[in-house]
Amino acid sequence: MARIIVITSGKGGVGKTTTAAAMAMGLAQRGHRTVVIDFDVGLRNLDLIMGCERRVVYDFVNVINGEANLNQALIRDKRCDSLYVLPASQTRDKDALTQEGVGKVLEDLGKGHDYIVCDSPAGIEHGATMAMYFADDAVVVTNPEVSSVRDSDRMLGILASKSRRAEEGGEPIKEHLLLTRYSPARVERGEMLSVDDVQEILSLNLLGVIPESQAVLNASNAGIPVVLDNESTAGMAYNDMVSRYLGEDLPMRFLEEERKGIFSRIFGG
Amino acid sequence: MGLLDVFRSNRNKGSASVAKERLQILVAHDRAFRNRPSYLPKLQQEILEVIRKYVEVDLDAVSVNYEQDDEQEFLELNIVLPDAAGRG
Repeated sequence: MARIIVITSGKGGVGKTTTAAAMAMGLAQRGHRTVVIDFDVGLRNLDLIMGCERRVVYDFVNVINGEANLNQALIRDKRCDSLYVLPASQTRDKDALTQEGVGKVLEDLGKGHDYIVCDSPAGIEHGATMAMYFADDAVVVTNPEVSSVRDSDRMLGILASKSRRAEEGGEPIKEHLLLTRYSPARVERGEMLSVDDVQEILSLNLLGVIPESQAVLNASNAGIPVVLDNESTAGMAYNDMVSRYLGEDLPMRFLEEERKGIFSRIFGG
Repeated sequence: MGLLDVFRSNRNKGSASVAKERLQILVAHDRAFRNRPSYLPKLQQEILEVIRKYVEVDLDAVSVNYEQDDEQEFLELNIVLPDAAGRG
């Protein structure tokens, strides 16, 4: 049976889809058979970030409704053989995701894969609760910013109560914190919450800190998951995240501002 | 931190620390609220109805407070009765 990871946040625009793409690609690159599912029915974007938007024929809702089988809907990644993408429907609404239907698809996928990464929509409505219901692990993507931190805390409450594990009284979902769009320079100036601040408030296992980086936008623009860009700080930080998820003990990187020359140090950046 | 940052940070004195304080209060409040039993609003409503059979009180005269620590749960009821003149 595959392990199910939900990438969630509550607030939109914090980097859930980028993180889902990075997690899935990272796991697949390490040899794990992985599928990443877009749960954002009506507003699909994972296909764009993964660069397979022109190869979508059937989608998640088609499979749930029995209009296509899984093999028809799954898109194999061109860069990595062990990675598949299951796109969301662009035309239906989120109620098309029934708990029974989603459960069936996850069960079928679980037979041939090691990991299923669920890219949750923002918010706490139906699509988001469906994405988290069957999860074993949750990665709560958070920006160091007040509304994002508060919404993440709200998600923790929902994860603890509205999941299969909670309903069946099993071991709770394993929750991880991923801090994205982190700007060490702004933290140093006292303008942005630090990693320690956010961890103190949410008290979660820290899976990684992704620095603010132009590389993320470049990667989205090109349809190449940023985790493949190992030249960039964001790409390296995402790779660390995947390794940490798999149990490696790595120190956090890019938490401090790059040291500049004497001139810019005197006059500020 | 650059030399000029010293002056800069005087003007903009660590908005991150303000954010942290606000969040700590807010999150603690949210969490307390999250753990409340779901019957509290209905309980409050019904108590209010019973009281209003006998005494004319305002809608906000009854407050129900719920607190929890490791060992105990506290349910605190606070009912404000009107002045003697208002009593039926």
